Amino acid sequence: MSKVRYWQKDIETIGRRALEELQLKRLRSSFGRLYRHVPSFREKCRAAGVSPAAINSLRDIAHIPFTTSDDLRAGYPAGLLAVDRNRAIRLHTSSGTTGKPKAIFFSKRDIAQAAELVARCLTMTGTGSGDVLQNMMTYGLFTGALMMHYGAEKVGALVIPAGPGNTERQIALMQDFGTTAVHILPSYALYLATFMQQHGMDPKKDLSLKRAYMGAEPYSEKTRLKIEKLFGIDVYNCYGLTEMNGPGVAFECLEKNGLHLWEDNFIVEIVDPVTGQQLPEGAEGELVLTSLCREAMPVMRYRTRDITRILAGKCPCGRTHRRISRILGRSDDMIIVRGVNIFPQQIEQVLMGIRGVAQNYQIVLESLDELTIRVEIARDMFDGNIEHLLSLKSEIVEKIRSAVLVKPIVELLEPGTLPVTEGKAKRVIDKRTI
Amino acid sequence: MKVKQISVFLENRKGRLYEVLNVLAAEQINIRALSIADTADFGILRLIVPDPDAAKRILEKGGFTVKENNVIAIEVPDRPGGLVSVLKALQDADINVEYLYAFVAKSHKDAIVVIRTENNDGALKALKKGEVKVLSSEELYSM
Repeated sequence: MSKVRYWQKDIETIGRRALEELQLKRLRSSFGRLYRHVPSFREKCRAAGVSPAAINSLRDIAHIPFTTSDDLRAGYPAGLLAVDRNRAIRLHTSSGTTGKPKAIFFSKRDIAQAAELVARCLTMTGTGSGDVLQNMMTYGLFTGALMMHYGAEKVGALVIPAGPGNTERQIALMQDFGTTAVHILPSYALYLATFMQQHGMDPKKDLSLKRAYMGAEPYSEKTRLKIEKLFGIDVYNCYGLTEMNGPGVAFECLEKNGLHLWEDNFIVEIVDPVTGQQLPEGAEGELVLTSLCREAMPVMRYRTRDITRILAGKCPCGRTHRRISRILGRSDDMIIVRGVNIFPQQIEQVLMGIRGVAQNYQIVLESLDELTIRVEIARDMFDGNIEHLLSLKSEIVEKIRSAVLVKPIVELLEPGTLPVTEGKAKRVIDKRTI
Repeated sequence: MKVKQISVFLENRKGRLYEVLNVLAAEQINIRALSIADTADFGILRLIVPDPDAAKRILEKGGFTVKENNVIAIEVPDRPGGLVSVLKALQDADINVEYLYAFVAKSHKDAIVVIRTENNDGALKALKKGEVKVLSSEELYSM
């Protein structure tokens, strides 16, 4: 067992009651400031019949209207600022794949607080003075690299702001300066390992790497284990979003069993992605976050669109902040067939557990009551026997039916048929028009 | 005597069979016999060709999913009831036939039947006992 280390032990192990008192105090303060300074938010609250005076317990948060990414986009470029703009010292934008981006402002204190949270995360996973952290995320409008950078400096690590790409230089830096930790995209970690092997290097022996921090794109437990094995390291899941400071919102501890979400800085709710109703603890749903310490731009009940659940029970590491599971999907990706909510990740999980199935698959929706899954078979599974193919097909049908409660139509495809895209593969083809 | 057969997995896509045959034609591979087993969304193409190893390599290079299997090729008198005696020999030995397909070679007075069973060794024994003429690879490929 590695020794548990804390950055701010008092707050990380705070009792639940004290934590909730702190949350309520901070919620009232944040909500009040936002209500006073942001007219559009105030109007929304008035329409919903809620004012700061109505918040007397944490349960009352359910009366506050949600903030959606559309609300933040509508506020562009002014931003939903709760302070005078002169108090803001940093602007980040959150990617606008559809339409306008979101303008997110930070005060001096916000930047310091973001770094503080990342420092907790790094300390919790063993990074500190004496470590060399090579940051392979993009520096720029995206918060991912910068906030990690500040947090790593704060704990006293030597930071190499490498940014992404230029693989040969990355490896040279890692070797020359004895990099012990990396902040990296999972897909790039896989590429890096392959690149090293192709050039006669062993990622396990020819680097001094101990651990990697990965987030920003979804990856499965299987991929984590693969990367851990390739490099001989520990991989920690991290979660964050620019609207809530960036990285360091939730982070895994040494247990690698769920991500501690810093509840002194955020209120976590899980809601039904369709109705917006709060779900009981442990249920899978959309993560809704309320910032408690953001000065320039507090955000109430932000619909993250990320699907997760709260893990029950105490963590052996001693931290009292509850854990969320790794992100299971995006609520935007959710599909509804025969009235049942289905996430493509559920289907992926089933497929990955079946022998004879290759990595690629596609979900096709032709009508409201038909779920078609096109699956590539593994090349070495084909033995010329039609019975074996038919039983593979029925195994897929049965396992998916028991996982998502809808019986799918399964089509077996030749390996290599489906398009392989760089990065995010297009898994769902929705041909329905309603 | 077992002979080699090539099986190709075919998904239900327009022109896919054409593509397989086209690749073989381009490499001058002559097809002696073929059969297709199909289901609603995929099929298996089975081929007898003079040089199965080469055909397998060519198809794999073309991205197809290919498997080489052993089958039994026999001669069956080209007259009513010709196949019955063959099947009787297998049935008497309690051997299940997975599939079979037949063709008639120009240079040959008898019909040729390709059989795949669950137990090819047992089947060979039973056919020999039933005095069925089993073809060797050389005989089959040179037709």
